Amino acid sequence: MPGVGMADALNVAMSGRTDRPALLFVHGFGCGQAMWRHVAPAFEADHRVVLLDLPGSADADPSTYDPVRHASLQGYADDVLRVLDELALDDVTVVGHSVSSMIGVLAHIAAPAVVTRLVLVSPSARYLDDGDYRGGFGPADIDDLLEMMNRNHLGWQTPLSGMVAGAGHDEARLELDDTFCRTHPEIAAQFAAVTFRSDNRADLEQVDAPTLVLQVRDDAIAPMSAGQFVSEHVAGARLVVLETRGHAPHLSDPLDVVAAIGEFLSVPAPT
Amino acid sequence: MSQHPPEPVPPEADLFQAAPCGYVVVDNTGTIIRANAEFLRLVGEPAGDIVGVRTLPSLVSAGGRILMETHLRPLLERDGVVREIALDLVRLDGVRIPILLNARVHDPATGVYLVVVLETRDRHRYEDHLLAAKQAAEMAGEQAASLAATLQGTLIPPHPPAIPYLDIHALYRPAGSGREVGGDFYDVLQVGPDAWLVVLGDVSGKGIPAAVVTSFIRHTVRSLAIAHPDPSDLLGALDEAVRAHGTDHFCTLVAVRLERLRGRWDLALALAGHPPALVRRPDGTTYELGVPGTPVGLMTQPEFCTVRQALDDLAVTLYTDGVTEARSPDGMFGDERLVELVGRLPHRPTAITEGIAEAALAWQSHHASDDIAIITFAAS
Repeated sequence: MPGVGMADALNVAMSGRTDRPALLFVHGFGCGQAMWRHVAPAFEADHRVVLLDLPGSADADPSTYDPVRHASLQGYADDVLRVLDELALDDVTVVGHSVSSMIGVLAHIAAPAVVTRLVLVSPSARYLDDGDYRGGFGPADIDDLLEMMNRNHLGWQTPLSGMVAGAGHDEARLELDDTFCRTHPEIAAQFAAVTFRSDNRADLEQVDAPTLVLQVRDDAIAPMSAGQFVSEHVAGARLVVLETRGHAPHLSDPLDVVAAIGEFLSVPAPT
Repeated sequence: MSQHPPEPVPPEADLFQAAPCGYVVVDNTGTIIRANAEFLRLVGEPAGDIVGVRTLPSLVSAGGRILMETHLRPLLERDGVVREIALDLVRLDGVRIPILLNARVHDPATGVYLVVVLETRDRHRYEDHLLAAKQAAEMAGEQAASLAATLQGTLIPPHPPAIPYLDIHALYRPAGSGREVGGDFYDVLQVGPDAWLVVLGDVSGKGIPAAVVTSFIRHTVRSLAIAHPDPSDLLGALDEAVRAHGTDHFCTLVAVRLERLRGRWDLALALAGHPPALVRRPDGTTYELGVPGTPVGLMTQPEFCTVRQALDDLAVTLYTDGVTEARSPDGMFGDERLVELVGRLPHRPTAITEGIAEAALAWQSHHASDDIAIITFAAS
C-alpha cells in the first residue's frame, strides 16, 4: 500500500515504556489483538508493549492480505518483521498464541537479532497426526473446520450468492459490524487451511533463543503432546503447564499467563 | 388456597430439566456442570458420563471444536453472549446431530455460562441444499467465466496474413474486462491467386449464444467465399445460411473483395446494415463508401449492393460501432469525431487503426462498453 506503512495497515498499537525492551503480542487464528487485553497491560510498567492484527484479521487493512504471500506462515512472519523494522525495534520478545507461536519461531529464525526471545502460548508445530506424532487432528477434521466456518460466517452474513453483492456492500458492513473476531470468509478459510495444514516441526531445531512454552493441561486444539514436542525440540525451552482447560489461557486464566511470562522475562538473557 | 406439600426440587430446576431444548451449564474451563434431559437425549449418554466429566467442545465435531475455541469462547468472554451458531454434536457412535447453539455468560466473575442447543436436522438438510446450490452456482459462474475466456481466445481474430503489395492492420479489443465473449469479428482470407476477402462484422447480443453465431458466421463466410466472388452475392448466401440456422441473433458486416489486376488493386464492397467504410485520401480528406443494405439474418427480403472502385492511394478503414458509439459523459464518440480524427492521423494503416482504437478507448476512460474491431488497408 503506497503511502501507508505496514505498522499502520496492521493496526499496530503501542503502549508502555519506550526505554524498555519490546514485547510483541501476536494473536492466533480467530480473533484480533483484543485477545491480549487481559494480559498485555500487565507488562506496560516495565516494557514497551506492541500489539497488531495479522493481515486479513480483525482491523488489519484488507489490502494487507495477499493470497500468495499468505499461503504459508512465512508470509506472516515476514510481515511481522516488516512491522518491527518500521518501528525500529530489535531485541524483541514475541509472544505468539497458537499458530502465531510458529509465526514467532519463523520470524526469529529469519531475524535472530530482532526476535531474541519467544513465548509460545498453546503452540503446536503440526496440528495433524503423523506417524507416532500426535497433533490431535486428522485431514478430515480440517475439512470439517472449513465446513463449520462456511456455516458460520460470523459477522459476515453475506447474501446467499456473493455474486449479487457489489463491493460497496461489504465496505458498508465493515463500518457497521464489530471486527474483533471477524475475518472475510475466504481469507478465514485460507488462514485456517494454512494454519492447520502447516508443519513447522523441523523449524524448531533452528531456534536459538530463550523460549517459554505455555501449555494448557487439557487443550482441545493443542494437546499436551503438541506442547511437549515443541518444548523438547527447542533447545533449552522451558515448559510451563497451566492446570486448566481450553485453548486460550490468556482469556480464561490471564493471571497465570501473566505470572509465567513475567517470571520468564525476569531471567536475564544470556549475553 | 389448599396447602401444597413441600416440593422436593425447586420449580426452576424443574423448568431447567424439562426445557424443550438441550440446556447445559458450563464452567469457564468448558466443563459441563449441569445438563438437562433433552441435552442428554441428544448426546445419547447418561448424566454420569457427561456432567463434571466432558467439556462442551469435546462433544462437537473437530472443526466445531476449533471454531468454539478460536471464535466462540473469545466472543462469549467479551460480549457475554453468542447466538445462532450452527455446529454438529457427535455422539459416541459417530452419528452427527446438527444443532443451533446460543450461549450466555451467567456469572462474569466465575465465567460460568449457559448454553441451549436446538436440534436442526430437517432445517439443516434444507440449508445444506441451499449451501450446495450456492456453491454450485458460484462454481458454474467460475466455469462460465473460464469457458468464456477460452472461447474468447479461439474467437479473437488472428493477425491478418501477409498480403503482397497490400499494407493491412487489424485490431480487436473486447469490451470491459475482456472476460465476456463479444460479438465483433474480422477475417482476412485468400479467395483467388490475386484476390482476397476482408470481412468485419458485429453479431447482435453478447455471451456464449452470440459467440456461437459469430463462430458460425466466420466459418460460413469462409466456406461461401470462393463460390461467391461478388460481395453482395456472398452476403445474400450468408443471409440465407444464418436464417436457416434459426438463431435469434443477427449480424451486421462489411465484405470487401480486393483483387490485384495489372499491378493495381480493385475493391468491391458490400454492406449488411453495417457502418460504411471510411476512405482516406493522402491529403486527409475522407468519404464514406458503401450502400447500407440489411443486416444478415434479420429480413425475409434482404438487400445488398456492391460498389466498386480502384484502391489507388487510398486508405480504407472498416470498423464496428464500438468505435462510434463509445460513450463518455460528453456523449457518443460519433461519426464526426472519427472523421476529424482520421484526417489528422498519418496516412498509414497501422497509424490509422491504432489511432482510432486509442481515441475510442480514451473517450470512454479505457473501459470499453462494447467490443471494438478495426481494419485498415492501403496499397503498398
